[in-house]
Amino acid sequence: MSVDAATVKRIGRLARIRIEEGEVEGYRNELNAILGFVEQLGEVNVDGVEPMTSVTPMSLRRRDDVISDGGYPEKIVSNAPLTEDNFFMVPKVIE
Amino acid sequence: MTDLTKLSLADASKGLKAKSFTATELTGAYLKAIEAANPSLNAYVAVTPEQALDMAKASDEKLVQGQGGALEGIPVGIKDLFGTKGVHTQAASHILDGFKPEYESTVTSNLWRDGAVMLGKLNMDEFAMGSSNETSYYGPVVSPFRAEGSNAGLVPGGSSGGSAAAVSAWLCAGATATDTGGSIRQPAALTGTVGMKPTYGRCSRWGVVAFASSLDQAGPIARTVEDAALLMTSMSGFDPKDSTSVDIAVPDFAAAVERGVKGLTIGVPREYRMDGMPGEIEKLWSQGLEWLKAEGAVVKDISLPHTKYALPAYYIVAPAEASSNLARYDGVKYGLRVSGKDITDMYELTRAAGFGREVKRRIMIGTYVLSAGYFDAYYVKAQKVRTLIKKDFEDAFNAGVDAILTPATPSTAFGIGDETLAADPVAMYMQDVFTVTVNMAGLPGIAVPAGKDAKGLPLGLQLIGKPFDEETLFAAGRVIEKAAGGDFAPKQWW
Repeated sequence: MSVDAATVKRIGRLARIRIEEGEVEGYRNELNAILGFVEQLGEVNVDGVEPMTSVTPMSLRRRDDVISDGGYPEKIVSNAPLTEDNFFMVPKVIE
Repeated sequence: MTDLTKLSLADASKGLKAKSFTATELTGAYLKAIEAANPSLNAYVAVTPEQALDMAKASDEKLVQGQGGALEGIPVGIKDLFGTKGVHTQAASHILDGFKPEYESTVTSNLWRDGAVMLGKLNMDEFAMGSSNETSYYGPVVSPFRAEGSNAGLVPGGSSGGSAAAVSAWLCAGATATDTGGSIRQPAALTGTVGMKPTYGRCSRWGVVAFASSLDQAGPIARTVEDAALLMTSMSGFDPKDSTSVDIAVPDFAAAVERGVKGLTIGVPREYRMDGMPGEIEKLWSQGLEWLKAEGAVVKDISLPHTKYALPAYYIVAPAEASSNLARYDGVKYGLRVSGKDITDMYELTRAAGFGREVKRRIMIGTYVLSAGYFDAYYVKAQKVRTLIKKDFEDAFNAGVDAILTPATPSTAFGIGDETLAADPVAMYMQDVFTVTVNMAGLPGIAVPAGKDAKGLPLGLQLIGKPFDEETLFAAGRVIEKAAGGDFAPKQWW
């Protein structure tokens, strides 16, 4: 499988990374090199093989559903580029 | 007075306990060395002298009373991937500009609990994506090693290139590092240092910037096997804050170092004998086996039939997980923000400006393989191949193999700005061909310096162990370290 210019632009939109027109061809070549490399997995017979979900034989540990941390909104927003009253500020999303 | 920075971590610890020198003196010596070397090597992206001297002073107060932890007063460097409270934590990326976490990673908390002193944050490939430390927003790390008769800059490997270079160049007594596909073992091999990637689940991932969560594992880089074992004992341990942390006792790894290899069976996988492998690497591998045999180990040929599929499967699984993990960098919660005409525009411009080329490439691959219509063909298939890779190792261990010996890297260090590697992303990915299988199977692996090439550059051997049997790797690694004779120090030019 290989990707074309339109697919590169679509992936960029899905990944929320702006791809400028002049960059499309470069990305297309690089992505196709990588996709070409992983193509060899097609040789492997995986009939009846379970996909790995955990590399260690363990089930996900659970804890009680109680509040165990928090109460410091000023710390949560302390690294944000733009805040007001301990809220993250973003461009208007609702008209 | 002897140069305190040249002491091994173990000897420095003995000297501190014997009051031959103070933690303040030792820390001061390292800070001076960093100041002199960093303009040439670029190993540190942030140095924290005040904090270091405060921590050293606190250690001295304990040491003078004969108290203190296992690493009391030992100055260490921390890879920029570890969250350190109030201190530069940017994964060597532009997108995390100015980020200073409000929390401390579990691994670094463990080190401070045991008395270690933080010298600063170490350079790395951006978000740990790279094998040469050239993808860092802060510029490449220059290896302390140069080829004989040449002044050309070489890479220290990556992604933990700052950690490896700083340890090798005596800019810290030991360092933290992380390994997703080989990022501890490959730079260790290229710089004549010891790097241990523990079993997945041994060290907590909590507070470490995530790359590929099912593969990421923290571990130490140090100048000797014993030093690596001392650091590893402190860094390891169950952490309820990491859902994949394994609740298992942490042995005293240093106690296993001199255990020897008598009676152990060492597997030699035929699939690692690759076409075009340099003769000196093949020779080193055979030499390593002879050294282990001479100490009473039995060598056994084994087969790990799915070896060649580990790297292609990795380049589906790791980018897929990265594309998900790195979705959090959106210009809202931390770091860089580039304004746009609406919120989507802001996201796209921020991420385009904040991520480097290699990171963007991997996010795009990950986004593609997870997108509708391709998920089964790529991601599910790769996870099935991963099951087979793990089974290969299980079969070998079930057949009586205690550890597996392989080369650590397919070559010695290459030049900074190598054009062949820059032109072909897959060629650079091949650097991890011997190490990536270990991450895919969640196993422990250690790289130990074992020889040099014709140009005097270090070469490493890798030992792969059973899950949670790092002790055998330290013991076997020590046998190789001893037999190799131990002169893996760079000739100081900086």
